[in-house]
Amino acid sequence: MTVIKRFIYSQKVAPYVFVLPFILVFTIFWAYPLLDSFEMSFQKVALGQESNWVGFANYEKLLGDKIFLKALANSAIYMILTLVILIPFPMMFAVLINSKLMWGREFFKASFFFPALTSVVVAGTIFRLMFGEMEGSLINSFLSLFGIEPIKFLKGQVTGFVALLALATWRWTGVNMLYFLSGLKNIPDDYYEAAAIDGASKWQQFTRITIPLLKPTSIYVLTISIYAGLAMFIESMMLWNGNNSPKNIGLTIVGYLYRQGIEKNNLGYAAAVGIVLLAITMIINVTQLSISGLFKKEDQS
Amino acid sequence: MRHEKMTKVGLFFIFAIVCFFILIPFYAIALASFKPGGDLVRYGLNLSFDLSVMSLNNFVYLFTGSHSYFNWFFNSVFLTIVQVVLTLLISATVAYGFAAYNFVGKNFLFICVLMIMMVPFEILLLPLYKLTNDLGLMNTYSAIVLPGIASAATIFFFRQYISGIPKEIIAAGRVDGASEYGIYVRLIIPVMKPSFAAMAILNGMNSWNNFIWPFMVLSETVKYTLPIGLKTLLTPYGNNYDLLIVGSFFSIVPILILFLAFQKYFIDGMTAGAVKG
Repeated sequence: MTVIKRFIYSQKVAPYVFVLPFILVFTIFWAYPLLDSFEMSFQKVALGQESNWVGFANYEKLLGDKIFLKALANSAIYMILTLVILIPFPMMFAVLINSKLMWGREFFKASFFFPALTSVVVAGTIFRLMFGEMEGSLINSFLSLFGIEPIKFLKGQVTGFVALLALATWRWTGVNMLYFLSGLKNIPDDYYEAAAIDGASKWQQFTRITIPLLKPTSIYVLTISIYAGLAMFIESMMLWNGNNSPKNIGLTIVGYLYRQGIEKNNLGYAAAVGIVLLAITMIINVTQLSISGLFKKEDQS
Repeated sequence: MRHEKMTKVGLFFIFAIVCFFILIPFYAIALASFKPGGDLVRYGLNLSFDLSVMSLNNFVYLFTGSHSYFNWFFNSVFLTIVQVVLTLLISATVAYGFAAYNFVGKNFLFICVLMIMMVPFEILLLPLYKLTNDLGLMNTYSAIVLPGIASAATIFFFRQYISGIPKEIIAAGRVDGASEYGIYVRLIIPVMKPSFAAMAILNGMNSWNNFIWPFMVLSETVKYTLPIGLKTLLTPYGNNYDLLIVGSFFSIVPILILFLAFQKYFIDGMTAGAVKG
């Protein structure tokens, strides 16, 4: 017993004991499922049935699958639009709220952040009802003030996306603003004072000091927004109260994976959808790392 | 000076307008929780304030009616507490291993931590579903808790934090004859305490709002968590808007109270990932 005890307590072995839980969880719940996903994508799989190898058939079928391409386009467009909205505006709000002339800073910070505390289920339900097609529903009654006829938001492609983006903007503006605020704290005040003495305008200070020095924060927000955008599913599921939207206007990549894998018990085909999503995120990862890596080299020279 | 005052008013005005739009959905759901669910179906969610149709009926139904709402509510509370405690303890232990020692395979293992953060969890939904089925863990809380107990983001954050603790503490512990584990439990954990709050909030929020994975695993109504329960109130066969709205509203209240009490920790927890990002 003492031999075992001395072994476990030795300085050489202790670190492995500390990281053991991670090794176990990583192997069982991450590496194995990921490899299994690769394997399944080359098979025809249904729960409770024997799997058969089908080679690249799932991938070939995906290429010609119009609904999958629709889901791919939806996710990509949604991701790009969230980037366009959820980076510049939160950055601007952060800079403004950080100003010495701001009244009620803490109150505004808290209320901007508050929507992030709601679950997607609750937030999605509220937005589905707000964007309801009756003339009495919140958005339509607001539009009627300007003489606009009631709109069936969730039945149209563009208006459906308006509702989706409204939901995303509502939930994430405050969080991204806080990210930028914590980035702003790392910029020394001296830089602005020196720039002001040199006669730089507020706008010049913003473009020449704030934006470049916020780059690490911007890259972080960009990365998480790309992931969240491409992997979006529950927002759409809640807004359309299920995974089926008219003409698939709200269908996303993960939504299609869920439909094929869980709703149709077609796990092999769904795994191929997942692998395509993985490939896309990996390509974006590598591209982004190499671009930001290049910038770093520039900065040093 | 006059210019400064104008800027002040202007800034306040901009934020007040944005804030107004941000708070409207909360006001709308609060208002709707006093109205009959039928009105919601007929007129949609709106801001009409009509005392003649408003009542406390929905709240009476929430607290006294026969439904599973509080069952789901306490399931969520229970799961959140279990997940936060286990995730924090295990992730902190793993992080200490990474931060305090040099060992063969350390770099490789840390790359594994980073890889978890780089791959969207949604890709693993199906193989995890299959694995859970094979392990016979369907419809159990273990299937929800286990895959997340060594949280990559939490390990990453704790490792940064422990790296900032002077190594002399560990060396002094060894001189005093404490074992490797004794050093961690008696010397390091007390110093780490401040970092637990932020991670507890971050993991707690994720757990409280977690939806898709529990939704796939749990099949028994009595085991549902709050988000799943609320989601199932709307079915193709009949809707329970009364409970949905008042239940949604009520589910926000505890988080609001916690948020107002621990605002600083919420903000630290949510932005922890961006530090040194």
